[in-house]
Amino acid sequence: MAPRRPAKRLVTALCRAFSGRGCQLAPKRGAERRDAAPSRVSRFCPPRKSRHDWIGPPDKYSNLRPIHFYIPENESPLEQKLRELRQETQEWNQQFWADQNLTFHKEKEEFVRSRLKAKGLDLRTASGQKATLNAEEMAEFYKEFLSKNFQKHMYYNRDWYKRNFAITFFMGKVALERIWNKLRPKQKKTSS
Amino acid sequence: MAASPHTLSSRLLTEMATRSSILAWRIPWMEKLGWGGGCIWYLERRVTRESPRRFLHLLRNVNQQWVTFQHFNFLRHMYVTQLNRSLKQQIKPKPEPAESPFLEKTSLDEAKAEICEMRPLVPPSLSLSRKPSEKALIEPEPTSVIEGSIDLGKETKEEKQWKEMKLRVDDLPGILARLSKIKLTALVVSTTSAGFALAPAPFDWSCFLLTFVGTGLASCAANSINQFFEVPFDSNMNRTKNRPLVRGQISPLLAVSFATCCAVPGVALLTWGVNPLTGALGLFNIFLYTCCYTPLKRVSIANTWVGAVVGAIPPVMGWTAATGSLDAGACLLGGILYSWQFPHFNALSWGLREDYSRGGYCMMSVTHPALCRRVALRHCLALLAMCVAAPALDVTTWTFPVIALPINLYISYLGFRFYRDADRKSSRKLFFCSLWHLPLLLLLMLTCKRRAGEEGTGAPQS
Repeated sequence: MAPRRPAKRLVTALCRAFSGRGCQLAPKRGAERRDAAPSRVSRFCPPRKSRHDWIGPPDKYSNLRPIHFYIPENESPLEQKLRELRQETQEWNQQFWADQNLTFHKEKEEFVRSRLKAKGLDLRTASGQKATLNAEEMAEFYKEFLSKNFQKHMYYNRDWYKRNFAITFFMGKVALERIWNKLRPKQKKTSS
Repeated sequence: MAASPHTLSSRLLTEMATRSSILAWRIPWMEKLGWGGGCIWYLERRVTRESPRRFLHLLRNVNQQWVTFQHFNFLRHMYVTQLNRSLKQQIKPKPEPAESPFLEKTSLDEAKAEICEMRPLVPPSLSLSRKPSEKALIEPEPTSVIEGSIDLGKETKEEKQWKEMKLRVDDLPGILARLSKIKLTALVVSTTSAGFALAPAPFDWSCFLLTFVGTGLASCAANSINQFFEVPFDSNMNRTKNRPLVRGQISPLLAVSFATCCAVPGVALLTWGVNPLTGALGLFNIFLYTCCYTPLKRVSIANTWVGAVVGAIPPVMGWTAATGSLDAGACLLGGILYSWQFPHFNALSWGLREDYSRGGYCMMSVTHPALCRRVALRHCLALLAMCVAAPALDVTTWTFPVIALPINLYISYLGFRFYRDADRKSSRKLFFCSLWHLPLLLLLMLTCKRRAGEEGTGAPQS
């Protein structure tokens, strides 16, 4: 039934998210991966004549923008290595932040619910709106969440810095390689 | 008991209005909560199943319409921007310095009042845009057709948001300006200029310009590296999600190259064009900001103190550029900027606690809220004390602490209110006050500068 599909998709998405499966961001595998969570897989395909990467809107779970990488016909091994590193980093980042944001919102909801219950208040106010806690009450949750995830962030930070440096370094190498390739035929011409 | 399609239209509009208004109120939550919003939507749909049958057909259409977050975005634009005057929170998709996107402090009562107000406005605003889909609602078609067209619309809209990562030369100046946080750089350079002007030395224009450009370049470099390091974190915070690296407008390699191209000439200009001391301070500041402050933000609350030093160094650089030495006046000026950072930043961070917590930033406002407010107040009072010390160190005349007293008392008062009330309102007031307090204070200092030849002033040192 048509109205059930989005709901079913949501539930499947949540199950996938908490089972810890990695999510793939390959837009080509769009249709059949629709239920793969926590990212919403795009069916986007760049125009054929484009020779650049394409960047999409922020993912609704991780807030990161997915990149569709362009694969040139004469891709060198170095370029391939760079592309694969970037793709892998993108997936790793997506996994981390989607999980982080989902956990945050889930725990926040639980916290609000438990506090409202402790106060003896309903989850919804008289007008039917969702009841919230004030900033000071929420601050307790924010502090707790931050300290609980501190170690996780430490590992993430270290890995992120490493990956970021590696990607930039390889980008530099690829750029130099391309410049060298452009100069080399000219050098051969001048020397002969 | 389903009514005929034509008589449904007016009821449809009213019901849509009710649904949309409830959903529209939820938009800011849902947009940010993402899946959480989806949960709310799901729960709401379950509730609606208990509604009278005659609304089911209607609601199915409506719920299909409003199911995506792109639609929520669209709703947000339509409804909330129209009623912006009443809603406290900023919903517009622009980067904002101090707003929390969540309805933390905005009263529920106001939101409730809004919902009642929203209802009559919904139908006419719907007619303003999205005509094809509106027609689809008003003249009920088979659900599958609507759903199909919605999916297609969703896909096309989403596809339109994909951008080619091709650098256009025309866009480059704008992109680099945002990368180097040009407004912050301008502020930094103006504090350096103030330091240069306040120094007890004859004003040398060439030296001033070299200092100006050198410090500007150093600041651009530091800001670019900072953005280079923080891409995934910036993506997740409202305030920073439109930065060039986050949006893919520039590659990390280009950002680092730009930073190097700014840092090297900038520091060289300061070292050889001005004096080695200023160059060393510039280099040290770049290092402190990029290699100490930026990583420390995710490790310890000590980052705020390090960041305050980073903010204090530029006016000291201005002073050393003019005089060539690091004397008491330079330290005082640095001290004033150092103290100013606390009420400024602590008040700003008060409204960003949720984003900091989720993003993993260690800020006082999250981990030690009482300390956060105490430190802000403490430094407001320190500002007052340092303004009194200024004439004692021959930087200014005794008029200065007197005429600066009103603004210093005012910021201290706001600091006290923030300390006592600890709410969003007082934090915002303190933050906005800090924005005009500093330029005004520096201006007053300049007007009350102790001129050469007056008592207590030494000759300028080379």
